[in-house]
Amino acid sequence: MIRLLAILSLFSSSFAYGTELSAVQLDQSTIAFVSRQMNVPVEGAFKKFSAQINIDPARPEAGRARIEIDLASIDAGSAEANDEVKGKSWFNTREFPKASFVSSAVKALGGGRFEAFGKMTIKGKTLESRAPFTIKQEKGVLILDGAFPLKRLDYGIGSGVWSDTSVVADEVLVKFHFVLK
Amino acid sequence: MTAPARYTGTAISLHWLVAFLILAAFPLGLYMSDLALSPLKLKLISYHKWLGVSVFLLAAARLAWRTTHTPPPLPAAMPAWQRYAAHGLHHLLYVLMFAIPLSGWLMSSAKGFQTVYLGVLPLPDLIVKDKALGDILKEVHGLLNYAMLGLVIAHVGAALKHHFIDRDGILARMLPFLNKENTR
Repeated sequence: MIRLLAILSLFSSSFAYGTELSAVQLDQSTIAFVSRQMNVPVEGAFKKFSAQINIDPARPEAGRARIEIDLASIDAGSAEANDEVKGKSWFNTREFPKASFVSSAVKALGGGRFEAFGKMTIKGKTLESRAPFTIKQEKGVLILDGAFPLKRLDYGIGSGVWSDTSVVADEVLVKFHFVLK
Repeated sequence: MTAPARYTGTAISLHWLVAFLILAAFPLGLYMSDLALSPLKLKLISYHKWLGVSVFLLAAARLAWRTTHTPPPLPAAMPAWQRYAAHGLHHLLYVLMFAIPLSGWLMSSAKGFQTVYLGVLPLPDLIVKDKALGDILKEVHGLLNYAMLGLVIAHVGAALKHHFIDRDGILARMLPFLNKENTR
């Protein structure tokens, strides 16, 4: 742990404070998704989330992340859809207000590409999940960009009549963009 | 060269095909927009859009056919005002056959939902997502449709009047049957 901190502070020596390395700039970061409705790609996003990310491109395996999404902050593409997906058959945000991804393992895939392994919890269900991403360093910030497919029915998102995947596809592409200082 | 007594088989086929597609798309559009969000609604919206794109494509085919094929002339005894009215009405119907699907397509894009024809062919979004513009285009789409409804009622009414009151054989020129009746 001390070694990690030493490396982190060394890495962040160009900044005022070492701890700021993992400060996620929420106003510049996004968590978005693309669902397919009748094979029509529909963009959506979560407006409110918290993120703690520690990653050193030189020592990625020590990277850790904890992302929590306020599910009621969803923008599913239209006001009608926003109301619908907060309901019981979708996210049931009253009972399960937050979704989380907790990662304690990162693998370097080479060429600036990495993969985070962790546990995704949505609607009270926790499953092993992984998310590939890239890291870019520019002007004192780290930019993490990634995307992964999530099967909504694994978590019971869109049950009942909505489980018909010929209307809303099972696979949803989740895209994230995190700016770390 | 004698003028043809009837529309060509192609013109007749296209006319009735487009008529039936519009007859399906119009009530479907009315019905689906009042539904609460459900898988059925998403399906119907897609079917409605596919019908609209089909109408647009067939209207383009009709226009191309119409400009290269002379239609049968109107009866010589027809008063001038009726000729003007008929031509004006036909022009407006052509305009709406293009304008209505186009307004629906733009409205979809503005509302953030791309049109994917038959679920396989994505049409480009000509405008970006803009909720206010989407709401305006929805109004425009609706108004154009009611204009179309009025014109179609006039069109059908005139055709029936010619057939049953004037008995001048105009309707038979566009019917796939009643051929024998129509030998002017």
